[in-house]
Amino acid sequence: MAGRHKAVFRIRGLTKLYPMGEVTVQALRGVDLDLHEGELAVLLGPSGSGKSTLLNILGGLDTATDGSVHYLDHDLTHASERQLTRYRRDHVGFVFQFYNLIPSLTARENVALVTDIARRPMAPEQALELVGLEPRLDHFPAQLSGGEQQRVAIARAIAKQPEVLLCDEPTGALDSATGVLVLEALERVNRELGTFTALITHNASIADMADRVIRLRDGRVAEVHVNAERRAPREISW
Amino acid sequence: MINTLDRKMMRDLWGLRGQASAIALVIAAGLSAVMMSLSTLDSLRASRAKFYADNGFAQVFVRLRRAPEIIAERVREIPGMGIVETRVSADVTLQMEGFDEPVRGYILSLPGSGERGGLNRLYLRSGRMPAPHRADEMVIGEAFAEQHGLAPGDRLKMILYGKQVAPRIVGIALSPEFIYQVGPGELIPDFKRYGIGWMDREPLGRALDLDGAFNDLAMTLSPGANEAAVLEQLDLLLARWGGVGAYGREDQQSHRFLSEEFKQLTHMGQVFSLIFLGVSAFLLHIVVSRLIDTQREQIAVLKAFGYTNLEVGLHYARLVVLIVLAGTLVGLLVGGWLGHGLAGLYMDYYRIPDLVFQVRPHMALTATAVTAAAALAGTAMAVARGVRLPPAEAMRPEPPAHYRATIVERLGLQELMAPVTRMILRQLERRPVRALLTMLGIAFATGIMVSGVFFPDSLDFVIDAEFGRAAREDLAVTFIENTERRALFELAALPGVRHAEPFRSVGIKLHKGNRMRRTALQGLAPGAEIHRVLDARLRAVELPQEGLVVSDVLADVMGIVAGDGVTVQVLDGRRGKHRVKVTGVISQWVGMSAYMDLDALNRLLGDGDVITGAFLAVPPPDQPRVLELLEERPRVAGTRSHHGTIRSWNETFEEVMLTYVGFIAAMAAAITLGVVYNATRITLSERSRELASLRVLGFTRAEVSRILLGELTLLVLLAIPLGFLVGIWLSYQWAAQAPQELFKVPVVLTAKTFAISAATVLGAAGLSAVVVRQRLNHLDLIGVLKTRE
Repeated sequence: MAGRHKAVFRIRGLTKLYPMGEVTVQALRGVDLDLHEGELAVLLGPSGSGKSTLLNILGGLDTATDGSVHYLDHDLTHASERQLTRYRRDHVGFVFQFYNLIPSLTARENVALVTDIARRPMAPEQALELVGLEPRLDHFPAQLSGGEQQRVAIARAIAKQPEVLLCDEPTGALDSATGVLVLEALERVNRELGTFTALITHNASIADMADRVIRLRDGRVAEVHVNAERRAPREISW
Repeated sequence: MINTLDRKMMRDLWGLRGQASAIALVIAAGLSAVMMSLSTLDSLRASRAKFYADNGFAQVFVRLRRAPEIIAERVREIPGMGIVETRVSADVTLQMEGFDEPVRGYILSLPGSGERGGLNRLYLRSGRMPAPHRADEMVIGEAFAEQHGLAPGDRLKMILYGKQVAPRIVGIALSPEFIYQVGPGELIPDFKRYGIGWMDREPLGRALDLDGAFNDLAMTLSPGANEAAVLEQLDLLLARWGGVGAYGREDQQSHRFLSEEFKQLTHMGQVFSLIFLGVSAFLLHIVVSRLIDTQREQIAVLKAFGYTNLEVGLHYARLVVLIVLAGTLVGLLVGGWLGHGLAGLYMDYYRIPDLVFQVRPHMALTATAVTAAAALAGTAMAVARGVRLPPAEAMRPEPPAHYRATIVERLGLQELMAPVTRMILRQLERRPVRALLTMLGIAFATGIMVSGVFFPDSLDFVIDAEFGRAAREDLAVTFIENTERRALFELAALPGVRHAEPFRSVGIKLHKGNRMRRTALQGLAPGAEIHRVLDARLRAVELPQEGLVVSDVLADVMGIVAGDGVTVQVLDGRRGKHRVKVTGVISQWVGMSAYMDLDALNRLLGDGDVITGAFLAVPPPDQPRVLELLEERPRVAGTRSHHGTIRSWNETFEEVMLTYVGFIAAMAAAITLGVVYNATRITLSERSRELASLRVLGFTRAEVSRILLGELTLLVLLAIPLGFLVGIWLSYQWAAQAPQELFKVPVVLTAKTFAISAATVLGAAGLSAVVVRQRLNHLDLIGVLKTRE
């Protein structure tokens, strides 16, 4: 797979330090990595391995201490707050472990929140249809199950047709049957829209659905494994 | 087309409706207070100005003994003089059927019935004007008519220049000259015991032996005239006709009282506005910023999806603006409505015919702008705090807050405290600024309450001091003119009179340096028991045998200290000027007078051993008979009784006072409700997970409420004593605004005042606790633990 597409992200010597009171935590210690257009990459690693930090920097939610990250021809390392906002607005979709839906908005409106400011959005209904939620359009988050909420979050992330979809433990709070539905939705988006998708998990079996599996340990890339074949989420069990 | 963010805002607003209403309530309370005091004042001023203009209120006034009509021409020649209207007037004793107390009156010739003029025209309320040359028709003032149920057609019995007459009332009227009716020698208005009447000039002049003459002048000035110069010329011209000193509007009794009261209202309005705007701005700031702090995660999500800081900021600003607008609208409407009502109340009190309701729009706009600015500043600061966090961090659950053992525990007293108490104390110590701000808010509410409730007590104090300890006479009799002292013995011998004391009252101008005040110089007999003067500790003091004693306020405004020399210019009789040494300063709460020993005064003026009246001690059952006997005496010009005056004044004033105190209480309650409810609701939303966890662990609802409400209770209990201090400070601020030349407002703070204030604040706190407790009972245990936010 590598080499078949051009690199979306070029990461070189990426370092991130967090001052935590009196100690400094080194979350990333020089990561070098290329991520490719259209691929589904799974980031694996134990807690504290730096995967969330990496994802947040890729999404423009956080900035690097040292090293460089390029998204296509955008330098994210030296981007201003304003440029990062622009970048997130135009290119990135996020899915969070705790969904982070706006409780006062319905499923459709949570998606519309993003399509309102996107350049070439799909209709919120279409995005929700992609994740199999068309019957729940007008439900508030509190009226949805965890899996449904997460699928609304995915619909919200993909509705703007982003180039990049970043998912931090999207199934972390879900049981496996619900988790499969969520992963299927992600896989479908990646396949049908060709969106670059990075997915964080600490669940190794999910790695089977990826094009590439990147293992992080202690803030470094420990191993990159290319799957010969992606397995459908339904065939995965955990 | 409404976008999704606006929809979120509307839903959030609905979700926050409780808190939003509380914030709006605080704004409405603050703004309506400001609006009320400003619009009342503006309306009163405008109404008075209209009344003056419509009815030709004069600018210069003078009373004299008697001058031939031709002298008016000389008056008109004075440079700067405008319209000159000659009048005749007299003090009379009114005889009211079935009313046992003395009633005095003042009868004037009808305006415009002189050669030229038409100043101080009457505003006819009912009936008609007397027909020309009719001696048996008159118009009377409305206030007096109402008090005695008089209507056109009734007859009014009076003793006019020693003769009993009973003209028919044909009309009821108001006059710009007597908006505030205060009898001679009185300091407070009494509509029941002092009446004003008007009769045709010619028959009144004949009755007063003033045919072809006048004893009163009302004048206007030509534009650009120098009033002081005109007054001086007038005094020179009229001295030989018995003029007792011309004065301008500023010294005209009704105008002066009104102006002083307006001035006081202005000051109070300003202090009021400042405090209320300050407090509500301050509260808004706290409440709004805390509200937005709880939205930290949502701000992060919006940012993660590419909303700019500006967009996020505007989103919350719109939310706040809506709340502010709602509060403002209510505040302006309620304030305007209250202002209209209060102005109406004052209009009745002052007898101004047409209420010109006026609200200066820029005042309303300024108040609104200040409130909105405070709210938006709170929003901006909180949003800035919210957007400063990188979204990734903001979305992570907040790290466990840093708690530590409290001071109390570090002192080794933890054994004494239950875990719940420890949680409360640690929470307070972790957020000391927040706790302090909440406390300050409640303290201000308490303080406003204290400063509003103390007025009636201070009024009681003044009445007790002035009429219970100083002027204790049952009746005060004044003679038509200076009378030999032995007249006192006749009065003392009247059946029913227990005791009689002489006095001599002289109108004077007191000069020291270039400062001057018109006042009354009272000569009191040595060893007086009925009418006395008091020192600062309310003890009766004997007047020194020589020298002048002045009231503390007079000393203050003229910069007099004991030992100073001053000039006393006598305004009636021989009109002499005398240098006198000030030998003492006494305390006086109403008005400002000067006193001398009676003998010393008579020696100073050198016109014999005379008195102008007497103070009598007469038991109430004997008073009607004594009054009857007094009326038969031709030398008696009038009799007055304080007791009735105080009673009726108290009644009138009470209405205004109660409205005012009720309003203050409502404000304080609104502020407390706003602060406490919001503080608790926000704490609840911040700590709902923690509280739900405790419920899951087996804590009862009561126990969980205790943690939340315990914190609140502690803050309220700490805030109340602090509020008392704020209240004391505010009370002194209010008192300092009193028009002290008319009356002083002593700060009298009783236990009752503090108790009422504390009870109001506790009540408001209790109410919001009940509401929050309801919320707590419906805490979604599973939901709260499962998801964040």
